[in-house]
Amino acid sequence: MWKFIVRRLFITLPQVILLSVLIFLMAQMMPGDALSGLIDPNIDPAAIEQQRENLGLNNPWYVQYTDWITGALQGDLGQSFRYKMPVTELVEQRLINTFWLSVATLLITYIIAIPLGITSGRYNDSWADQMITGYTYIGFATPLFIFALVMLWVFGYQLGWFPTGGSVAPGLEPGSFDYVLSKLQHLLLPAISMALITTVNTVQYLRSEIIDTKQKDFIITARAKGASESRVYNRHILRNSLLPIAAFFGFEITGLIGGTVFVENIFGYPGMGDLFIQSILLRDYSVVTAVVLLFGIASILGALISDIILSLVDPRIRIK
Amino acid sequence: MAFLKVEDLKVHFPIKGGLFNRTIGAIKAVDGVSFEIEQGKTYGLVGESGSGKTTTGRAIVGLNEITEGKITYEGEELNIKGKAIDPRRDIQMIFQDPYSSLNPKKRVLDIVAEPLRNYEKLSRKEERQRVHELLEQVGLSPESILKYPHEFSGGQRQRIGVARAIALKPKLIIADEPVSALDVSVQAQVLNFMQDIQKELNLTYLFISHDLGIVKHMCDEIGIMYKGRYVESGTKQDIFNSPQHIYTKRLVAAIPDIDPKKREEKKQFRQEVQTEYEQSYNDYFDNEGLAYGLQSVSDTHLVALPEKG
Amino acid sequence: MSKELLEIKNLKTSFRIKDDYYAAVDDVTLTLNKNEVLGIVGESGSGKSALAFSVMGLHNRAKIEGNIHFKDADIANISPAKLNKLRGDDMAMIFQDPLTALNPLMPVGDQIAEAILLHKKDMSTKQRRNKVVDLLNKVGIPRPEHTYDQFPHELSGGMRQRIIIATAIANQPELLIADEPTTALDVTIQAQILDLIRDLKEDMNAGIILITHDLGVVAEMADRVAVMYAGQIVEIAEVGALFDNPLHPYTRSLLNSMPSEDEAQDKLHVIQGIVPSLQNLPRKGCRFAARIPWVEESAHEENPELHEVTPGHFVRCTCHNHFYFPDESKEEQANGVS
Repeated sequence: MWKFIVRRLFITLPQVILLSVLIFLMAQMMPGDALSGLIDPNIDPAAIEQQRENLGLNNPWYVQYTDWITGALQGDLGQSFRYKMPVTELVEQRLINTFWLSVATLLITYIIAIPLGITSGRYNDSWADQMITGYTYIGFATPLFIFALVMLWVFGYQLGWFPTGGSVAPGLEPGSFDYVLSKLQHLLLPAISMALITTVNTVQYLRSEIIDTKQKDFIITARAKGASESRVYNRHILRNSLLPIAAFFGFEITGLIGGTVFVENIFGYPGMGDLFIQSILLRDYSVVTAVVLLFGIASILGALISDIILSLVDPRIRIK
Repeated sequence: MAFLKVEDLKVHFPIKGGLFNRTIGAIKAVDGVSFEIEQGKTYGLVGESGSGKTTTGRAIVGLNEITEGKITYEGEELNIKGKAIDPRRDIQMIFQDPYSSLNPKKRVLDIVAEPLRNYEKLSRKEERQRVHELLEQVGLSPESILKYPHEFSGGQRQRIGVARAIALKPKLIIADEPVSALDVSVQAQVLNFMQDIQKELNLTYLFISHDLGIVKHMCDEIGIMYKGRYVESGTKQDIFNSPQHIYTKRLVAAIPDIDPKKREEKKQFRQEVQTEYEQSYNDYFDNEGLAYGLQSVSDTHLVALPEKG
Repeated sequence: MSKELLEIKNLKTSFRIKDDYYAAVDDVTLTLNKNEVLGIVGESGSGKSALAFSVMGLHNRAKIEGNIHFKDADIANISPAKLNKLRGDDMAMIFQDPLTALNPLMPVGDQIAEAILLHKKDMSTKQRRNKVVDLLNKVGIPRPEHTYDQFPHELSGGMRQRIIIATAIANQPELLIADEPTTALDVTIQAQILDLIRDLKEDMNAGIILITHDLGVVAEMADRVAVMYAGQIVEIAEVGALFDNPLHPYTRSLLNSMPSEDEAQDKLHVIQGIVPSLQNLPRKGCRFAARIPWVEESAHEENPELHEVTPGHFVRCTCHNHFYFPDESKEEQANGVS
């Protein structure tokens, strides 16, 4: 198993390098550079050119890439021209916000998906299953950004149960209980909105996994041993069906990234997704590049986590 | 000159492993196999799972790459890359599972006509005519031309497989466990029919099977494989009347007898063979548990025994 | 009751296809005695597995009519709790495909232990483990302590089938149902497994129902044989009587269509047509009649009953007395010589 994990880690490294190269090249292809938007048009073009030369902007791409990646490794992702501050600083707080939003969303996703999937799979074609399947179809068909808007309007503005923007109420002492509570209150509505939509994948997946496992021969063996239906479900069907769900976890993370872009924007939640949209609209390229890089790394790590979980729980991989 | 001649055939599959997935060894699926088949005869290749019998068959049709050795078909070497004439058109294969070897989304017409489309330029009308003839030849009604595989029973599907195999008028057919997936009564239909078309078209069969009863019924000569090597080969009489190698004896002893009165006799025979197997294992297998090279016992009969005899 | 261990009376097991029920097992009556091996032979679609599943109460959505008497209980009408008490304890089953019949995510030892745990609740974990190791020993697994913690994919087909057998005999069942126990195995392994089942039978004094399509396996193992065709038993007799003097045309066809051990006759006997599917079973007249082109008209009309011809030899056919196959006279000569 350790061999497997180590080998898997070895694959991850080139993946991340390739990703960073691609992102860097795409950023290079975008029109303009760090100087074009910043400078007074009255300045002598020769001086600008001189400045370019000094900053290394005329170097071949791989030299520039090396400079950039060395900086990135030391925590220097450049300057945001809009916020006039280092990108690293800008990203830090938002990364933490998005992290907690993602954790909350994942938790709610599984809290919804597991009981619904189990009910639906165990009693397939029953009344309850049809209701649940109906919900998943609605979930598949509803665009997240419309659903989030509706949630915001109903629970934020009409009922006033949740705050309608920001990540924390102003004026609270960081670290105090009220502060944490306020944070939680701010991320709950976006997390629920996102989870309600994204969970349908997992519900459907778990349902079909259970239906599939139910028909396996070893289930008949278990019954022939005299196991009661509840034991058959808990010991054999559920365990074997949850395995692929665990492997699905990494994919879930990738899905979350897409979700946060919409949801954070709609709820005015200061996270990575919100920052991403803002900086695209403002052509704040150094920020966009940094955010895309972090998103990319998150998905690669997601896949890595999936594989590791799978290798831990599935003996067929574990033993190799 | 032999019709098909296989000389020292080796097919090895690499084993990948270690941190960087390098090749660290090889599975010797076929490890030095030689035999000859005469035209119009049926040659039986017998073995249990993992013996390499299927890999041998697939290597002859070109479905598995050859690591070493030579396959000569009508005097021409088969396994040379970039050869102009493709002898594979003369060699066709019938597969074991009639349920998965036919594409479920294609109609019988398309399945049977596929090799024709690859090798012959026929007009649609001619092609249909040929498929009609072929179906008639395998005993299926021409109306089935527009049906899909799931509309047929196992035996009928195997006939479709045969129709596809004989579409190009091949001379050699490699039949890989053609009746293993079929019921007893249907098995008889397919075996009889295979014998019929053999006579009709002067076909040569390489008949791959684990079932000694069927091999005895169908084959003129037999080769017995174990872990990628030959343990014994000879005529049907050689193998069944005087098996020499302990593995052959075990195989013969293992076939259940359909006469319940011989039960005790059979059991005793099995025990004798088992005792012999345990006592003289080293006389028949080398340190790695593999068979020795073949020594001839008579003109037709070869047995894998250590050099000193 | 007498020495009968299992008594099946007029069993009818029907499956729902679209809106109708179709009987896969139709009016089966048979008994199994203690310490007896009853072979049930048939081709795919004959209903032999459906019969086995009915006895074990493993059909989830089938309609079961008739009675299955086993140990003061009628399995055809039994509560799930009571059924679970019997299954795995007094009756157990061996399955066809040893790979799929084992849970891929559970160590094989735990899978055997589960059968013990379910019926002997007072055993400690350690006692249970010891018991499993004993069982592994008994079914001929070389390193039982080591094998206990292995997973199914690490074992060979023959070893896996031994695990299945160990699970089945864990609680010394009185009734053992083996559904094609050697079909998925190589010939030499098949011989070993059959020997093992035979040895265990002597040991346990159990009644065994052996279901197979292989007449050879039946000839080697069974005391009595029932031949099934299209959901019905068409012939049942002592094994010697059945192979020496098969009465039903179907039994005779099956025997004739086997490649003969003694001398390769040129042609195998062929049964015309195919086993009809469940929905297309002839429900009137002799079910096999459609596959004998020259059969008398009356065979399509009368519903033959299983009747006793000689003591213990039953057949479901009205015309077996004067029935012949065109190519049979020749074969009889051949048989006479050998």
